[in-house]
Amino acid sequence: MTAQEVRLCGLLLQEHFGNVVEKVGTHLIRSGVLNLRALAHETKLPLDLVKKSLCVLVQHGMCTFGAGRRGPAGPVEYRINCEHVFHMLRYPRYIYTAKSLYGDTGELIVEEILQRGQMTMSSTVKTVADRLTHNMPEGQSMDYSEVVSVFSQLVETHFLQRCPPLASAGSSSSGAVDTPLPVATQPTEPENHPDCYKLPYINLTGQLLQSKHSSHTKKLFSGQPLCGDDGIYWQVNFQRFHLHFRDQAIISAVSCKLDQSSSEIVRTMLRMSEVTTPAHAAFTQALSANEIFRALLSSYNIARPILDQYLSLLVDDPMEFVGKTGDSGGGMYVVNLHRALANLARATLESVVQERFGSRSARIFRLLLRKRHLEQKQVEDFAMIPAKEAKDMLYKLLSENLVQLQEIPKTPDYAPSRTFYLYTVNQLPTARLLLQNCYKTVGNLIERRLYETKENKRLLEKSQRIEAILASLQATGAEAAQLTEVEEMITVPERQQLESLRHHINKLDSSENQVDETIFLLKSYINSTQASH
Amino acid sequence: MAGRGRGHRTFSVEIVGIGKGESLPPSSVQPTPLFPPLDQKPVPLQTGEEAEYMLALKQEFRGAMKTLPFYIRPAAPKKDVERYSDKYQKIETSDNSLEWKPDWRRFPKELRVREKRPLRDPEKSKVPKQTKQPRVNKEEIIRKLETLEQKEEEGSSDEEEGQKKKPEEEEAEGEEEYDEEEFEDETDYIMSYFDNGEEFGGDSDENIDEAVY
Repeated sequence: MTAQEVRLCGLLLQEHFGNVVEKVGTHLIRSGVLNLRALAHETKLPLDLVKKSLCVLVQHGMCTFGAGRRGPAGPVEYRINCEHVFHMLRYPRYIYTAKSLYGDTGELIVEEILQRGQMTMSSTVKTVADRLTHNMPEGQSMDYSEVVSVFSQLVETHFLQRCPPLASAGSSSSGAVDTPLPVATQPTEPENHPDCYKLPYINLTGQLLQSKHSSHTKKLFSGQPLCGDDGIYWQVNFQRFHLHFRDQAIISAVSCKLDQSSSEIVRTMLRMSEVTTPAHAAFTQALSANEIFRALLSSYNIARPILDQYLSLLVDDPMEFVGKTGDSGGGMYVVNLHRALANLARATLESVVQERFGSRSARIFRLLLRKRHLEQKQVEDFAMIPAKEAKDMLYKLLSENLVQLQEIPKTPDYAPSRTFYLYTVNQLPTARLLLQNCYKTVGNLIERRLYETKENKRLLEKSQRIEAILASLQATGAEAAQLTEVEEMITVPERQQLESLRHHINKLDSSENQVDETIFLLKSYINSTQASH
Repeated sequence: MAGRGRGHRTFSVEIVGIGKGESLPPSSVQPTPLFPPLDQKPVPLQTGEEAEYMLALKQEFRGAMKTLPFYIRPAAPKKDVERYSDKYQKIETSDNSLEWKPDWRRFPKELRVREKRPLRDPEKSKVPKQTKQPRVNKEEIIRKLETLEQKEEEGSSDEEEGQKKKPEEEEAEGEEEYDEEEFEDETDYIMSYFDNGEEFGGDSDENIDEAVY
């Protein structure tokens, strides 16, 4: 864990769970693995607060526990899963994706499960139906079966999965017996559980009805707290969302580089191989051109010979999104996932250099990426940039560590007069460097936002109080004069200050969202290189 | 390696491209400024419906998390001087129990916090009044006390279930926290004696006709 990653984790935990959880979490990240007593002793927090914090972290899947180094007889050890903490940055994107795929119901289901970490199907369905009914006009209600069907769709497409059971407690044990815990070093993958995506049979009868007389909703269901799925908890399957985002990135890249129709073809290919391709595969299953043609939606209006032309265009493109692996069935085509990710990461790096140092430095950077190793003189010649400026730009890039010097000795004693010094760019380490920069950026953005909020705390509290007063006055039916009188309690300069504060905070928040997109891309690329080794 | 050759400079900067006599940029003797002037301005943020919707989602999520029971606030700081009435004031809600009910089967046992006995309002308040009434027959009193004690235990265990706390099966009753009724037994004053006036004036909306002193 790098310093920037630890700092970002701490800030995210503090935002969502408070200072206590932040202290516990940061200390646990720094120490690696700890047991409860050691954690309480080292953080100097009361034991109960530490217990509560650990409960919150375990509930949200950010902390795992298991039998420690002394075996099952020793104390339980806890460890934080940092990747999970970083996912908190991406929650709005998950919720938005669920909304675009499954509508408002899907959005609320995913939002509820993200807020609570793990939930049973029945409680999710009830809460979501409550919220939907609350927003509907009088007289309408949300049927449980609709919510259940959207939930099932989410599970079928693997966006939601069951939480993995504790390894030894396979059946629903009474919990009173002290079951031995799994070893902390081998986390049980949720996918290993055979029932990972099996829906339980739940017994939720009835539906909510809105009482016409009051604004409260009356629940008319069979009132039993247990609905047949006790002990089966569901969590969001982040990996599936990430695959979806990766596919989206590839499709949008194709549509930018080529055109809309080719992106539709790639979208069809990816959709067909959704279920057959494992998560870390380098390329999708081979699909024949005939299959692709059959699977293409008729709305795209692509004829068979046009499809063949598009496919050959995609194969010939230097970005290598699509590759041809055979000739049977009209040609066997695959989408090169890892290569696409590498190209997207490379484009990100190039764009970063361009935006920070100018287009000529970007030219040098691209040159070095393509030609691998170049001497000083060769850089000047190939980039067609005068020597002095080229030198300047190279040194600036070198000082930022985006470009490295490689020594090639002619003699074994590395004498400088007899050594080649070549400039080079390595894509993977540079991507890692940029990823750390991104983490630092998000940390800075969050801290700045907290600072802005703290500076204007008095003003924010005043405006909240006035809004509350206004709301209560309006509820009791006050006259317009009273309302304007209350509104005038905020002076005009204060209003302007509030407006600019809101503007700043919105800007900082959107920046976080946008940096998170870059983080996702770089992280996917880095993970893809690790998976193939 | 650098100083071995007597007088020979082993590293010649010509290799790296800096010619003889060329002026290098001045070396910096202070840390880089905090907000250096940028040559290239950053690209503007993405706008559009998607970006704004995600922004709204993010802010709503943050607000919602602050209201959920997962947001743990540290205990309130102690006041400057310890007051006698602190001992008899109601303990604040920042007690040891979690406000949400986790499924303890999925958590290690050691994380389970001892639950405090809830304030037994209706059942327990009847108990002392009933014991005060009959002073006639001592045996009756003792019998009544015993039955009431039993009812108390059942009643409190029912209340615990009803209040969504799992019943502690064989576990010892452990540290019973003091609650109000036991306070009343210890002091000679009623609990409102120890009010420090914080709630005074809160009912002023109700009866405006009466003068408030």
